[in-house]
Amino acid sequence: MKKTLFAVMIVLLALAVALPVAAQKAAPFKVAFIYIGPPGDLGWTYEHDRARKAVAADLGDKVKLDFIENVPEGPDAERIIRQYAQDGYNMIFATSFGYMDPMFNVAKEFPKVYFEHCSGYKTAPNMATYFGWIEEPRYLSGIIAGKMSKANKIGYVAAFPIPEVVRGINWFTLGVRSVNPKATVNVVWTNTWYDPVKEREAAVALLDSGVDIIAQHQDTTEPQKAAKERGKLSIGYDSDMGKIVGDTVLTSPVWNWSVYYKQTIQAAMAGTWKSHGYWEGMKAGVVQLGTISPKVPKDVAGLVDAASKKILAGTLNVFAGPIKDQSGAVKVPAGTTISVDDRAGMDWFVEGVVGKVK
Amino acid sequence: MDLIASILTITLRAGTSLVYATVGETFTERSGILNLGLEGMMLMAAVSSFATVYYTGSLALALLVGAAVGAALAAVHAFLTTTMRANQVVSGLSITLFGTGFASFLGQRLGPESNSHRLVGLTADRFSPIAVPGLGDIPFLRAFFNQDLLTYGMYLLIPLAWFYLYRTRSGLWLRAVGEDPQTADAMGINVFRTKYLYTMLGGAFVGLGGAHLSLAYTPGWSENITGGRGWIVIALVIFSTWNPARAIWGALLFGGINAVQFRLQAAGTTIPAGILNMLPYVATIVVLVLITWWEALSKRVGAPASLGNAYMREEK
Repeated sequence: MKKTLFAVMIVLLALAVALPVAAQKAAPFKVAFIYIGPPGDLGWTYEHDRARKAVAADLGDKVKLDFIENVPEGPDAERIIRQYAQDGYNMIFATSFGYMDPMFNVAKEFPKVYFEHCSGYKTAPNMATYFGWIEEPRYLSGIIAGKMSKANKIGYVAAFPIPEVVRGINWFTLGVRSVNPKATVNVVWTNTWYDPVKEREAAVALLDSGVDIIAQHQDTTEPQKAAKERGKLSIGYDSDMGKIVGDTVLTSPVWNWSVYYKQTIQAAMAGTWKSHGYWEGMKAGVVQLGTISPKVPKDVAGLVDAASKKILAGTLNVFAGPIKDQSGAVKVPAGTTISVDDRAGMDWFVEGVVGKVK
Repeated sequence: MDLIASILTITLRAGTSLVYATVGETFTERSGILNLGLEGMMLMAAVSSFATVYYTGSLALALLVGAAVGAALAAVHAFLTTTMRANQVVSGLSITLFGTGFASFLGQRLGPESNSHRLVGLTADRFSPIAVPGLGDIPFLRAFFNQDLLTYGMYLLIPLAWFYLYRTRSGLWLRAVGEDPQTADAMGINVFRTKYLYTMLGGAFVGLGGAHLSLAYTPGWSENITGGRGWIVIALVIFSTWNPARAIWGALLFGGINAVQFRLQAAGTTIPAGILNMLPYVATIVVLVLITWWEALSKRVGAPASLGNAYMREEK
C-alpha cells in the first residue's frame, strides 16, 4: 500500500514539475485586473471588465487577462496585488482610487512587473497612472438635463466628496447652466460606491424635494430605476444605462477603457512601455457620451452634437473660465484654464450647485 | 405634514425587510440558537426569489422560494449546531460567506444567455404599492396604507409573533428551551425538535426579508443587494430585547434615520453629510449601549440564557 502511494506521489510530483514547463513554451503575457465591485454592477467595474474582454478578444491567446472582483481598498488590496506579482503576472491594473498606496508599496518590491493605477497621482518607474476627462461628456449630459428640466431643479446622487466626484458634479452643472442659468443641481451624498438600497433612498429623497431629473455618480443603476418608477427622467453614468433601464435615461457619460488598455498592454508586451500619467478626453476616445434617448427633442440633441463636435475639434474647452464658485466669486477668470493640478485636487463647487463638499 | 408622510412612507418601506428578518432571528435566538448567517441567507433568498419571478412570473411562488431557501440554509445551521454541536458563531459566519458568494454565482449563471450579466439588470413582476381604498387618501395615515403586500403582511406579523411568543403554550415552550434547555427537556419538551423548528421558521422569515428587497423595494437582482443589512438585523434583535413587538422600532429607527438624513441633504442642510450618513449606525450603537446598561441596572436580562450554547442531553 505504501509503495503504491509512493509511486503515485512520484508521478504527481513529476507531473507538477513537467506541466508548467510544457505550458511555459507559449507563455502568454499575463495581466491581472483588480476590481472594487462586481463586473455585474453595470457601472464602473462593468466598463473595466467590458474593456478587458474586448482586449482579450483582440489580442487572442498572446495574452491572459484575469480579474479579481470585490477587493476592498486598503491592506487586503496590497496582499492581493502582491500575490499576483508573486504569481508571475507581467502587468497589474488597479481600478480604484484607494488602491494607489497599496500598489505603490508593491511596485517597489517588483521592479520587473508593470503596474497601472486608475484615477490616482502616484507614479514610479514601473507604475503608471491613467484616467480620463469624463468631465467633457458630463458637460454634454448637463446640456440635455438643463434643457429638459421643467422644475429647473436637478438631483445628483453622489458617492464620496472626493475631487473625482466633485469635478463630475461641477462640469455637469456647468453644462446645465450653459443652457439654463436658472437651474440648480442639488447634491445628496451616500458615502458608498455600491449600495443599491441607499442609492435608491437618496434618489427618492431628491425626487420628493421636487427635482425632475436624477443624475448620479454611483456604481449601480438604482437611482435611474427609482426615477423611472416615479415617472421622472435621469442621466446615467459609467455605462450606457439607457440600455438597461430604458429611455427615461436621457444619456450617460461613459467610459471606453479598451482604447487605453489595448495600447498600454501592447506597449508592455513590446517592451516599449514607460511610466506615464495618461489623462485624456473625448478626442482620445477613452470617454464619450452614450446613446441619446429618443425622449430628447431633436433641437436639444443637435445642440449637444454641435458642442461635442467643438470639443473634438478643440474649439470648446470645458475647463476654460470664467468659472464661479457657489458664492459667485470668480475662481477661474475668463481667458484662463483651470490647471490639471487644481482639477485633480478640486474641493469646491461651482455656482449653481446646492450642497456642501464637506 | 406632506414631508412627514413621505418620510414615514419610505421608512416603512425600507424597514419591511428588516422587520421580517428581525422577527425571524428573534424566533431563532429564542430557541437558544444564534444565527449569524443572515446576510448570506438574505442574499440567497433575494437572488432565488427574483429568479423565480423572472422565470415563472409568479410572485407567490417567488415568496415561497425565498422563504424555503432561507429555511433550508437555516436547516444546515440547525444541523451543524444542534446535531453536530458545532460552534454557532463559526457555523453562522460560514453560512454568510457561502451565501454571499453563491448568490453572486447564481446571479451570474441564472438568467438568459442574451444578457451579458445574466440576472443583473433584468426586470420582472414586482410587489407594487397598493393604496387601501378610503384609507390611502387620508393625510398622514396614507403613509401606512400606500404600501406593498409584504409591508401589509408586516403589520400582521408583528402582533401575531408577539402573541405567539408570549400568549401561547408553544411560545412558552420555545422560550423555555432558550432559557433552560435541561429543565425544558425534563418537562417533556423535545429540545432538538424545537431548536430545528424555530431555526428553520426564523430562516423562512429572514428569507422573506431578503425577498422583499428583490421583489418589492429595489426590484431586480444586484450583487450584494443587502449591503450589510443582515448584520444590522443582528443588532436590531438585541435592540428589541428579543421581543418581536419592539422589532418595529429598531427597523423604523434605522430605516427612518436614513430617509430623514437624505431629505435633510436634499433640502440643503448645513450639517456635514458625513455626520448624517453616520447617524443610523451611531443610533443603533447608542441604543444598544443604553439597553445593555438598562439590563444591568434592572437585572432584567433580555437575552435567552442559553443563547449560543450547544445542548447536550448526556450532561444532565
